[in-house]
Amino acid sequence: MQVDMTVNGQEVSEEIEPRHLLVHFIRDQLGLTGTHWGCDTSNCGTCVVLIDGEPVKSCTTLAAMAGGHDVQTVEGMEVDGELDPVQEGFMQCHGLQCGFCTPGMMLTARALLNNDPNPTEEVIREAISGQICRCTGYSTIVRSIQWAAAHESAVTVGTSNGSAS
Amino acid sequence: MQVPAPFEYERANNVAEAIALRERLGPEARFIAGGHSLLPMMKLRLANPEYLIDINDCEELFYISEDGGEIRIGAMTRHRELLESELLAEHFPIFRDAEEVIADPVVRNRGTLGGSLCQADPSEDLSAVCTTLDASCVIKSTSGERVVSMHDFHVGPYETAVGDAEMLTEIRIPLKANGGSAYEKVERRAGDWAVVSSGAAVWFDGDTIAEGRVGLAAVGPNTTSIDPVSEALRGATPSEDLYQQVGEIAAANCSPQDDQRGSAAYKTHLAMELTKRALRRAVARANGQEA
Ligand SMILES: Cc1cc2nc3c(=O)[nH]c(=O)nc-3n(C[C@H](O)[C@H](O)[C@H](O)COP(=O)(O)OP(=O)(O)OC[C@H]3O[C@@H](n4cnc5c(N)ncnc54)[C@H](O)[C@@H]3O)c2cc1C
Ligand code: FES
Ligand code: FES
Repeated sequence: MQVDMTVNGQEVSEEIEPRHLLVHFIRDQLGLTGTHWGCDTSNCGTCVVLIDGEPVKSCTTLAAMAGGHDVQTVEGMEVDGELDPVQEGFMQCHGLQCGFCTPGMMLTARALLNNDPNPTEEVIREAISGQICRCTGYSTIVRSIQWAAAHESAVTVGTSNGSAS
Repeated sequence: MQVPAPFEYERANNVAEAIALRERLGPEARFIAGGHSLLPMMKLRLANPEYLIDINDCEELFYISEDGGEIRIGAMTRHRELLESELLAEHFPIFRDAEEVIADPVVRNRGTLGGSLCQADPSEDLSAVCTTLDASCVIKSTSGERVVSMHDFHVGPYETAVGDAEMLTEIRIPLKANGGSAYEKVERRAGDWAVVSSGAAVWFDGDTIAEGRVGLAAVGPNTTSIDPVSEALRGATPSEDLYQQVGEIAAANCSPQDDQRGSAAYKTHLAMELTKRALRRAVARANGQEA
């Protein structure tokens, strides 16, 4: 079957098998390997992408179901050579070590800040509670997101004023 | 790598189309709502439908409204909306209690009320909530609609009253005065399925309980409402002794099994303790003592 969707602001139109999961479609067919694939059982959250601005586990979504929707992956976070404040925050506050959980963590953080520009620590911890980091112990991830909230710029993905959406 | 077996994908734009597709494609077709129970089962090849009918575009199934003395909830309403709804929090705080401990926020962005009830997993939290609240389910087919109680909706584990050519479209919960409700769950780690959970709802007439219900999850073949509990609560005045008595009735009326989540004895203990706590909180809320 054919599927049409927007990925990081670009129209894509591809031939797929209906059983193709969104995570494999993004990684193998579109070659966007920034979206990671971990537990394969909807538990770890490393495969999180934004569909219409909302974090979704792409290992538990069919590519066909994303048809007609707007998908954002980590590759789309940087806009015109400028890092998203969330990406900058993860650099500034050591929000990653091995980087495996990072794409999903950053996209969830982006969606959170789009809805709530000044989240409390509790709200941040709740937002990322569907995602597992085996390295940093979460404190630095929380700090990275707080850094981003304090340095928010107008140009970010997943909002109407983002040039990528 | 877990990949579902091959199937054909159809997308329904509205309920009429979804039901017509279901009727045409027959018993080998299944609806896919959030997909967060069905896709994991398909990846493990525990479910191998030949057709999937995607109902995420059925816009008329996304709502929470008050109508004719009832709260009505569309089958596609997602966990997140149930968690955030002020209307539900006002009338049935049990929903927010439960939603705060169902899966995680990302899963809650996709999973739906209809999918949860139709999955009919004995550990499903929303089935216990709807059982506690004496909800009824609207089931549609090309020949019309019928309304069944939660009691009749769950036929057995993973089995519902929804026929091959039918669709669950709405959940209705009666609004009654002077009520309170609460949900208590014990899980092994945040976001996991229940070891045991218990929901309680009470409605007062003056100082006495006019009606009370308890629904348990993960302690038997189905999420069950317990009639002897309702009998013990009817006309009773709230007290610690009453909570203890009702907790004991709940424990005596469940049939948990030993599994990796805990022993049957531990689960029976939880059924008693969680019922006591849920009841205590439901009463406090009915009396305006706790939000
Ligand atoms: C990591 C993880 C943790 C979870 N933890 C919990 C938890 O703690 N507690 C809990 O209760 N649940 C939990 N769940 C399950 C979650 O709540 C699911 O979202 C829910 O069980 C199913 O909803 P769905 O919309 O995804 O249904 P789907 O997977 O889309 O569908 C489930 C079944 O219902 C059928 N169906 C769906 N809609 C209809 C309809 N309108 N009419 C007829 N048939 C229909 C489908 O054909 C399918 O057979 C968890 C899930 C995951 C992935
Ligand atoms: S790979 Fe999707 S949640 Fe782990
Ligand atoms: S940085 Fe290694 S898993 Fe999070």
